[in-house]
Parts: sequence; structure tokens; C-alpha cells
Amino acid sequence: MHTYQDIIRDLKSFWAQQDAVIQEPFDMEVGAGTMCPETFLRVLGPKPYRTVYVQPSRRPADGRYGENPNRLYKHMQLQVILKPSPDDIVELYMRSLEAIGIDLRRHDFKLEEDNWEAPTLGAWGIGWQVMLDGLEITQFTYFQQCGGIDLDLVPVELTYGLERLTAFLQNVDSMYDIQWNDTWTYRDVRLLDEQQYSVYNFEKADVSAIRKAFEIHEAESRRLVDEYGTVEDRAERVHFPLLPAYDQVLKCSHLFNTLDARGAISVAERAAMIQRVRKLAVSLAAAWMDQQEAIG
Amino acid sequence: MAEFLLEIGVEEIPDWMIEPACEHLKRNFLDVLAETGLAEGVTCVTHATPRRLVLAAQQVPERQADKEEVLKGPPRKIAFDTGGNPTKAGEGFARRAGVAMTGIQVGIDDRLFVKRIVKGRETLEILGEALPAVILKIHFPKTMYWTGKSGPRFIRPIRWLVALLDGRVVPFEIAGVASGGSTQGHRRLGSVGIDVTSFADYQDQLDENYVLLSAQTRRERIEKLAEELLHDGLRVRKNDKLLKTLCYLTEYPTPILGKFEEEFLDLPEEVLETVMQHHQRYFAVENANGKLQPQFIAVANLDGDPAGEIQRGHERVLRARFNDGRFFWEVDQKQKLSDRVEDLEGVVFHAKLGTYLAKSRRTVKIVGEIASELGVNDETSRHAHRAAELAKCDLTTAMVGEFPELQGVIGGLYAACQGEPREVADAIYDHYLPAGAEEEIPRGLAGRMVAIADKLDTLGGFFASGMMPSGSRDPFALRRAAYGIIRILIEGELPLSVDRLCELAGAGGHAGDLHAFFVERLRYYLREVRGYRYDEVNAVIGASSEVPLDVRLRTEAISRVRPTPDFEPLAVSFKRIENILRKAGGVEKYAMRKVAMDLLEEGSEADLYRAVTALSAQVSRRKRMGEYALALRAIASLRPAVDRFFDDVLVMAEDEAVRNNRLVFLAHLLTEFSTIADFGEIVSG
Repeated sequence: MHTYQDIIRDLKSFWAQQDAVIQEPFDMEVGAGTMCPETFLRVLGPKPYRTVYVQPSRRPADGRYGENPNRLYKHMQLQVILKPSPDDIVELYMRSLEAIGIDLRRHDFKLEEDNWEAPTLGAWGIGWQVMLDGLEITQFTYFQQCGGIDLDLVPVELTYGLERLTAFLQNVDSMYDIQWNDTWTYRDVRLLDEQQYSVYNFEKADVSAIRKAFEIHEAESRRLVDEYGTVEDRAERVHFPLLPAYDQVLKCSHLFNTLDARGAISVAERAAMIQRVRKLAVSLAAAWMDQQEAIG
Repeated sequence: MAEFLLEIGVEEIPDWMIEPACEHLKRNFLDVLAETGLAEGVTCVTHATPRRLVLAAQQVPERQADKEEVLKGPPRKIAFDTGGNPTKAGEGFARRAGVAMTGIQVGIDDRLFVKRIVKGRETLEILGEALPAVILKIHFPKTMYWTGKSGPRFIRPIRWLVALLDGRVVPFEIAGVASGGSTQGHRRLGSVGIDVTSFADYQDQLDENYVLLSAQTRRERIEKLAEELLHDGLRVRKNDKLLKTLCYLTEYPTPILGKFEEEFLDLPEEVLETVMQHHQRYFAVENANGKLQPQFIAVANLDGDPAGEIQRGHERVLRARFNDGRFFWEVDQKQKLSDRVEDLEGVVFHAKLGTYLAKSRRTVKIVGEIASELGVNDETSRHAHRAAELAKCDLTTAMVGEFPELQGVIGGLYAACQGEPREVADAIYDHYLPAGAEEEIPRGLAGRMVAIADKLDTLGGFFASGMMPSGSRDPFALRRAAYGIIRILIEGELPLSVDRLCELAGAGGHAGDLHAFFVERLRYYLREVRGYRYDEVNAVIGASSEVPLDVRLRTEAISRVRPTPDFEPLAVSFKRIENILRKAGGVEKYAMRKVAMDLLEEGSEADLYRAVTALSAQVSRRKRMGEYALALRAIASLRPAVDRFFDDVLVMAEDEAVRNNRLVFLAHLLTEFSTIADFGEIVSG
């Protein structure tokens, strides 16, 4: 049997053989692997890159106190970025499934239209949801735009839903019944944080404190990006802390999600906050492009 | 004559875009043949699977016909000197024309000319130049680039190209992919690098490599195998849209029968069907009485499922989906619809048009106005009012959050199980109807009132903010909304006027636009859906477009009376009267004046006057009773008197008083009898 960690290991190893850098998860709260600098910033600009990493993805509103077998506050994505996308990418992707023991001559594999969009990141792409015997297991996207910038070297992003994929392979109905390894289940490892974070996100999060935090991080990001715009010296620009400025954008995004789950945002305010985060992401992306050019 | 085969190998194209893409491909290709003089006698078919768009043409000429071309040169006097020797200009012309001086002739205009045979070009070469544009000009609703911003755009990346003219490769390149003679089979059951020589060979090889090229073949395979899976009177619940989707999601479709737990049948059929058909793309299974069974049919893109693995996979997914459905149902019952009204404050209808709470309140008000306008009884008014209040509340439920396509339906189901009267529940359930041209209008009067009011508010809001549809752009489906209202008014027999609709909608400064928009939908309905002739529709709407229901009745009357012998000739006479009056200064100039009896000429004119007077009371009575066909027949009976009048009487008499009186009389006749239809619009013959 393929345990959860076997699958992660085998997928990483498969993509490593395709020259992808094995990255470790980004050490901040994000809603999706796309938001990590390894995707959001790496897809910008003319430099090729390949990477694979698992990213715990936190979506406060999806929490179900550990009671729903298919929904999690924090799920794990295995994220692959190949920039530019190779011509045989679909075939490669199919072989990655075969590498974890899915015989595609015995399973119903379909690519169904699904164009991905992340309004808070000013990012979108064209692609599919990958369906395996009726189950969506991967989001497959050719990026077209990121941070509001048209991408010239078109990357492909593969986002595997690890819990779904494992539940499928292990033939279990609940994600909590997944064998993480031979001894421990997903429930043993993760149930407690599902329960506690659901309570926090839905009931206990201090709305005014989070609002304040949102504003502090927003201001910090804006301050840095604005300052970058005033730096004339090339050497100084190259070392200017745009990466930390991007961390602040991610903070805002997560805090916004928390407020949203808490039911603390009115509709009008919701749209406005999405715009605020988007604005940060877009101006950061523009500064990043400029800095990349300075670095050369 | 040659055979041409084109295959565009693409990564999976969205199913719903494939058929239109085939149409574009064919048209673009035939356009090129026509432009290059190669179209004569060519026949052409297209085929497609998710991974390939294919065009095969027969009887394609191998080259263009040779053409004779005349090249004009300078006048003879300039080309030759007085000694008859060629000048520089003359020699220059010969050089340009590529002939020796001896090959030059002089025309009757005394200028030099050369006749040349222009060799026709090879089709292979022409196609090689033209095909990239033929392919890239296929229109798709949303395209991408994959080789960089300046690269070509297509629906998904193009990965291989087959282009063969009688087995010879037509050379071209798109996005770094060169055309060739080699195709690919099914992603896992077939091979790659399959060399083909002709269309027949291509089809055979695809067959061997598990690609059924024809959508029709795939369709038949799905239908046949699905039928074989079912026994004991069970059958697939028909769903043509789903069938078509599956034809274009697969290259080698194989139906697989699955089961689910009987207890899920407690969920409403609407939810089960939506999950199966819409979300999972499974066919639902029913028994001979049409009752849903705990089974489904999935269609795999594969040749079979010997170990039952695929079946188990689909069953597990469906079970999880149904469990979600049940969970949503239970959670939603904790807060009744009626306790959700205020929550609509948090659901935006449109950024410029406010929340659904505001919309609901406006809709309730419009429902009230419609009730008093139509004199609806108190009970139905109450039901419609209640339904309008609750109609949008399901937007806050978990079930609609998960299955947005069930909005309205879920509200209706919840209302019914939360103790609202049947009529209220039905009205909520139906209030988005009719969503498509084929769909029914709401069942009851309350539902019709809410459906009209909801759509009117939508139309009014968008029109008032200047967000009208333009050309093919209609992002808020306003045409559908207006058309839905017209259908409910006519098919539900509700005599509301377009003016009143526009008032109720609150379209502000755009009320006139909205009025025209309704009339346009009304025309469309009468012509395209009801099949009335365009001149009949013009005649009726020309008389008045006020009450759509009445317009429909009048059009029906016209189309019934039209074949009677007197009708069209009378229409011709009416047109003549109209023309006479127009030339004399317009109907309005005369219609308000009174006919002076003493100025009427005894004979045909006085006879016609008496006939008109006698008829007019009868016609008005018939009209009041809504007996339009009888009224029209009565009007048609005027024909002999009108004919005699025109035979015997000169309208434009010398005597001004007589002439004006005659015009006044004709104006009366025309206005009196043109309230059902403007006969002048009828095109005879």
C-alpha cells in the first residue's frame, strides 16, 4: 500500500528526476501553494525554473471541526512549477501518476476545462481539473498572468490534492482514515489542529486585533515597495528587501481569510479588501520584475 | 483531383467549444479554396475528439488553372521611334514583361501589350501558406498562448499537425510544430508516431488505436452499451446535453454502471440529478415509470473496467457528494427561509444595484402592483407576496452555496417542508422560469407574478444604470429575462401592457430603451417561436404593441383571416389610402375633422360611407369582445365597396371642399379599421 508519505516521496522524486528543485514548504500561512514565493515570484521574469514542494494550505472558511470527511481547514498541496512548460507536459504528468501506482489503463482519466483565477494575486491561467474516476485530483494550469503581469515564459502549474489522491489510492472514504505511514493515520497526526483551528477561526479569533494586524502588515508592505521606488542606486536596489515585503502581502491575505471565515466582513468590505491585497501583490510584482532586471 | 487531410493535434479542448470550432475550421478552409480558385467540386467533412480537430476534403484540384494575363505597355509612338526601332521605353517594357521585342503586340488603342500565360500554382504550396491562418483563425471563446506573449493563441497548445495532400505532406509550421504525416492514438490505449497515408488509412489506424473519430460513432457506442448494462425495465434518464458533453470528453467512451445506497433516494430528486448529471457527468437511471433508481452510468474514456476499479472510484465520489448534499440539507433546516430574509443584506445582487435584500423588497412591491393591475384575488396575492419575500433566501443556504444551479428549486423545496403553503413553495421553485427557450413558464399565477416581478426589477436596474446588452454581449442575460416576461404574459394569458411593465421596472431615463427592448423580444417570439409571417407581425405591432397578449391574439386573427379572398386585396386598398393621405399631408391632418354628409357624392362614395358606418359598430363590438378574427372578416367584407369607390371616384377632385371631405372620410375609414392591424404593412402575394 502507498502511504501518504510514500506518495509525497514518490511524486517529489519523480519531479526531481525532471530537474525540479525539491523545496520545503514555505514557512508562513498561505491559502495555496501558488502564493509561495517559489511560485508567485519565480514565474515572473525570463529565468527558467523548476520546483516541487508540498505546501500546507490554510483556508479558514473550509474548516469543519474535524467532522467532515472531505473538508479540511488545512490541506496539503503538492505543487509543481515548470517554467517554461515542456511540450510533453501532459504525458509527464500522467507518468507522475503512474509513478505512485495509478495504472492509467485501468482508470478513467479526463482533463475537464477549468480556468484558474486568483483575484487577490492578479493571477490567472488556462487549464483543466484532472478527473480520475470522477474525482478531481489535480489542478493543471498554464499561467498567463501573475501579479497583473503577462508572463512571457509560460509556466505550467500542477497542484495535486494530496489527501484526495491518497484517499483514492488507499480506497478510503474519509481523509482522516488515510494511513500517513504504516503506523499512524491522518487522524492521529492532524485531527487536533483541525478541531482547534476551526474553533479559533469561527469563534475565537479577535476581529479587531486581526483587523489591526491586517493594517499593520499592509502598511509595512506598502512602505517597503514605495521606498523601493525611490532607490536610484542599482546595487542598493538589488539588495532591497522585496522578499520580506512579499511576506507582508501573504500575511494580509491570510488575515483577510480569517476575518472572512469569522463572518466579520460585509459584502462591500469584502470586495474592497480583496482589492487592497491585490493592489499590494500587483505593485510588489512590478517592483520584483524591476529588481530582477537590475540583478540581471 | 486530390484528397486533403488535416489533423490539428491539441491538448484537451473544452467539450462545448468543439463543434463550433469544426464549423470555423471548415469555413476558413473553404474560404481559402474559394479565394484561390480551388473550390470547384470540393467536398469537405470535419470530425473532432477532445484532442484533435480534423478536416478531410475530396476532389481538391492539384493546382490552379493557368490564367491568361494581359500586360499593358506605353503607346506605340513612345515605344518606337520614327524609324520603327524600339526606344528605351519600348525595350524597358519588353524587359518588364519578360519577352523579346518580337513578342510584343500593338492593340487597337495603339498601345503596346503582351499576353502572358500565368501558370497556376500548386495546391500544396498554396495550402502550405494558408493553413496556419486557417487554423489560428478558428474562433474560441477564450484562448491562451504557450510559447510566449508574441506566440500564437489557440484554445490549448497545439502538439502535432497532420497535413497530407494525396499522401504528400503540406509543409507549414505553427508554434514550432511542423506539419507531417504522423498522428497519435488514445493517450493510454493507443500509440504515438502513427504514420498515415490517406483519410481512409487514418481512420483505420485511429480505430486500431482506440480513437473513434466520429462523434456520432461515440454517441452510438455510449447509447448502445449503456442500454446493455440495464435490465428489468430500467433505462437511462434521457439527457442529450450530457450525452453530447461525454462524446466530446472521450475518444473511446465506455459506459460503466454504478450503484449508490438506497437511503440517498430520500434526498430530493433535483439534488440527486444535479450531482449526478451536472457535477459528475453521470447518467441517472430510472425505472419504467420514470422513478429514479439507486444506480448511475458513468462514461469512462477507456475500453472497459474488468476489475470494477473505475466503478468503485465513481461510486465513492458520488457517495461523498451525496453525503455532502445530505449534510447541507440538514444544516439548512436549522434556519428557516423566513429567518433568512435579513441575511440577504449580505448577498450582493450587483455592485451598482445593491443587495438581494433590496432587490427582494422591490420585487415584493412590484408583485403588489401587478396584483392590483390584474385584479388578482386576495389569496393568490398573499401567496405571491410571500413567495417574493422568500424567493431569494435560498441564496444564503449551504445547499445553494454548493449547487448554485439549484437556486429557486432549493428555496421551493425548503419552503414546502417548512410549512409554507403549496402555492408559495411552487412560486419560489418556479420563479427563475423560463430559463431557456424550451422551458416551461411557472406553473401557477403566484409563480408567474413573482417571475415577472423579479425579472422586471433586474431589467429596470440594469437599464437604469445604462448596462444594456449590446451586440452579442449580454452578460446579465437581460434578453432572456425580457423574453421570459413576454412568454409568461402571452402563454400565461396576463394582459399587462408594455408601458406598465416599463413603469414597474423603474428603468429611469432608459424607459424608452426598455420599451423598445420588450417590443423587440415580442417580435422575436411571434416570428421565430410562433412562426407568424414577418409582415403580419409588423402589421399588428404597427397598430399597437401595447399588450403582448393582445398582440398575439391579433396576430393569430390576421394569420387566420389572411387566406380569405377579400383580405389581401383590401390590404392593398388600405395601402393606397395611406399613400394618398400621406401625399395630401398625413392622416392626422384629416382624421380629427368631421365628414360633411352633403359633400359626399351619391353612388359609390355614399355607398361606401354607409357600408363603413354600418360596419364600424359591428367591428368595435367584435374587437371589444376580443373576437379579432370576426372583426377582420367584417372589415374584409368592405372590399367590393372599396373597389367600386376607387373605380368610380376620383379622390383628388377639382373642388377643394369635396376633395378635403373625401380625404377626411378616407382618414376616418383608415383609423377606424386599423386598430387591429396596420394593413398597409401586409405584403401581398
